[in-house]
Amino acid sequence: MVEDRELLRVENLTRIFGSGKSQVRAVDNVSFSIKEGEIVSLLGESGSGKTTTARLILKLLPPTSGKIIFRGKDITYVSSRKELLNYWREVQAIFQDPFSSFNIFYSIRRVLNNALRLVSESISREEREEMIKEVLLSVGLNPAEILDKRPYELSGGQRQRIMLARVLLIRPKLLVADEPTSMIDASSRAGILNLLMELRNAYGMSIIFITHDIGLAYYTSDRLFIMNSGKIVEEGDAEEIINNPKDDYTKKLLEDVPVIHRKWEL
Amino acid sequence: MGNLLTATGLKSYYRTVQGEEIKAVDDVSLEVREGEVLGIAGESGCGKSTLASVLSFTVLPPLYILGGEVRADGNNILVMDRETLRREIKGKYISIVPQGAMNSLNPTMRIKNFVIDVLEEHFSEISKEEALQRARERFEALSLPSRVLDAYPHQLSGGMKQRTVTVISTLLNPNVLIADEPTSALDVSSQKIVIKLLVELLRRKIIKSVVFITHELPLLRHFADRIAIMYAGKIVEIGPMEDIIFNPFHPYSRLLTSSVLVPEPGMKQKKIEAIPGVPPNLKNPPSGCRFHPRCPSYMEGLCNIEIPPLIEVKEDHRVSCFLYGGKNG
Repeated sequence: MVEDRELLRVENLTRIFGSGKSQVRAVDNVSFSIKEGEIVSLLGESGSGKTTTARLILKLLPPTSGKIIFRGKDITYVSSRKELLNYWREVQAIFQDPFSSFNIFYSIRRVLNNALRLVSESISREEREEMIKEVLLSVGLNPAEILDKRPYELSGGQRQRIMLARVLLIRPKLLVADEPTSMIDASSRAGILNLLMELRNAYGMSIIFITHDIGLAYYTSDRLFIMNSGKIVEEGDAEEIINNPKDDYTKKLLEDVPVIHRKWEL
Repeated sequence: MGNLLTATGLKSYYRTVQGEEIKAVDDVSLEVREGEVLGIAGESGCGKSTLASVLSFTVLPPLYILGGEVRADGNNILVMDRETLRREIKGKYISIVPQGAMNSLNPTMRIKNFVIDVLEEHFSEISKEEALQRARERFEALSLPSRVLDAYPHQLSGGMKQRTVTVISTLLNPNVLIADEPTSALDVSSQKIVIKLLVELLRRKIIKSVVFITHELPLLRHFADRIAIMYAGKIVEIGPMEDIIFNPFHPYSRLLTSSVLVPEPGMKQKKIEAIPGVPPNLKNPPSGCRFHPRCPSYMEGLCNIEIPPLIEVKEDHRVSCFLYGGKNG
């Protein structure tokens, strides 16, 4: 599954917000790389800079300094519309807030048709409709019920599934999933995660999970990157980190997660 | 030890403008015992927050109570008039930390002014200084910095806001504290601090019991004494915490406990399965057992027709499923 070819590398990525006294180093000299077909997690609590890192990788925010290299090409300063569209064809995202991810005036049919148009202009209308219905079913939504609705008529969980459906249509090389299941119940969370993991197996898609959910990160990922105040404090094999955390922050984090077989001292 | 709160046959429905009824809480009976933490768990939309509203008398239209009773101190408090309820019960006997308590503070008001309001409402003679003094002592006793009182809500972190709201809702030493997903918006470290605060409140006998509503079963593992599992407006299983977590009876509880993701060695090799299907629409809940369309042990001709009663399968452990009896004849 995991190929030896490198897909994405970030080098000394830094992003500073504000200036002077109120300056915040949201992402502070972060470097890592991901291989093709690899699943990793950027794990941290709120304010650790994990979402900012995601936005930098997605080219939604320019870095203060550092480099982003995608398939051997430095794309840090790519800025033309055409080049960006090319990049986004291969790098897609699922965001944590499904409430603000869609244009409220567009029906779900239109949202998904637009996604398909990003892939290719030459698919016929009937084919598009067919493909859309298929992916909606595979994310557990009923096409007849959903297609003509607008985002505000759907629940948070349904919206997150629509975002997944988009990904299934576009089939990017890299998916950045920012808290993809935060609005989905535990009982269906596993289903969505299994679906994403199958995508990796079927198409060799790489995934970066951005999450504070250690259970999710451990279950899905090959490697973990633990972030705290803008820095990666520990990285390595998921199994190794959970069994044998080295950094104090990682240890504290693991201690505070409610697990089943070890009870807290309260 | 007695029951602080006994609910019997509670029915509470939402009524839409079109005259439809959403049966969010349908024939629920449970008791809250002195000294315990009762966890209520279930998927979103199973009616657990509605149950919290009913138990804490924060029912507002379009939610209506259609039947059943809630007894506290021997009185059925569902039939009390609003004024008595507000003066005698709310905040004093039963208090609630609502879902999204982080947004329940007035952003233009310092915490201390809010606290003074609360205390003045319940003790007409109390002076501002006395009220403030009481609040300060309580904050310090629970090791929260009393400078919080001088702050505006936006100056506090999420975890601190949640703790502040919890302390304010227990200022009047209520017997029962109903906590509706108080930690779901918090980081794990802040979550643990809030849980510690609740346990501390119990230990100091400031409150006598907690009803903790959550969708996160692993959390209940650490401090609940009993757990009730809700599905589609009904309690399907209720029993001691260890039983429910490690040895649940109801097929739904089994699927629910096996779908949790926790970072424990060995979890990665297991394939975690989601519960197939989606929770039913409570406008037209399925006939018979409401879980039957998703149930792996579904019995045709029985589960889809009769409603399984909640029967005792072990000491203090009740389940509503025909697999364990309860069939007529």
